Amino acid sequence: MGEARLVWHEDTELGGVDVVVVPGGFSYGDYLRAGAIARFAPAMEAVARHAAAGRPVLGICNGFQVLCEAGLLPGALLPNDSLRFVCRQVELEVESTATPFTSECRSGERLSIPVKHESGRYFAPPEQLDQIEARGGVVLRYGPGQNPNGSVRDIAGVVNEHRNVMGLMPHPEHAVDPLTGSDDGLRIFTSLAASAARRDREPLNI
Amino acid sequence: MKAKILIRPKRGILDPQGKAIERALPALGFEGVSEVRVGRLVELEAAEPDRLAELCEKLLANPLIEDYEIELDGDPTGGEALQTPPSES
Repeated sequence: MGEARLVWHEDTELGGVDVVVVPGGFSYGDYLRAGAIARFAPAMEAVARHAAAGRPVLGICNGFQVLCEAGLLPGALLPNDSLRFVCRQVELEVESTATPFTSECRSGERLSIPVKHESGRYFAPPEQLDQIEARGGVVLRYGPGQNPNGSVRDIAGVVNEHRNVMGLMPHPEHAVDPLTGSDDGLRIFTSLAASAARRDREPLNI
Repeated sequence: MKAKILIRPKRGILDPQGKAIERALPALGFEGVSEVRVGRLVELEAAEPDRLAELCEKLLANPLIEDYEIELDGDPTGGEALQTPPSES
């Protein structure tokens, strides 16, 4: 599938990677707000340039929070309505396959992927949500009765306007082997690999 | 100059911390307490107090979900809030 390369938070270059994944974790202990301090990491400037060039950026969990705080994605992630850390498998519905993150999925397909977070309640003001929905920006939604955190309109994952930056609270990288219950998360990564392969063949069309 | 910055969740946004506190109060014998909201208080010393609003917008508060007030120490208005962001929508 290609080679992974770790980028240190103080790095100012990404070394020509095809895809950036901003991973989960608890950067800066979630102090102030989840992702609020990490968005000022020098590496984030390089991530913003990568995104501005139309290349894919995937934010998972804390990575999603960081991308929202950085303004690369709309909305914000608030503490779960239960005020509890939630760690469980959830069913996601793929709402849009017209993204480099979900091109290998079928529309309406259900993915079983775990969530593990304390601040995953997606929020945006209603008028902004309407805009996001109108442009097909909601890529993944929690299935009926599956919303683990009180996210508005059951939103689990969104893309930016150019559809090359996606954030999601569930962890696809923790659903890549049937041994741990599901390998549905692989679909996100095979989609990204396919999109990178396509880009190798075709000039960037942004 | 010393300053205090008060940050709180915007009205209309569910504040589960406030709700948890509110629900716990009757068991402790405190009846009739409602509308509990939990925010943050940041105390700091600023060489350029004029830039505190910018600091709030960029880091201390997320204007999408939070309101903030800046109170400067020794402010002649008696510490009344100097800045509040324009309310959205």
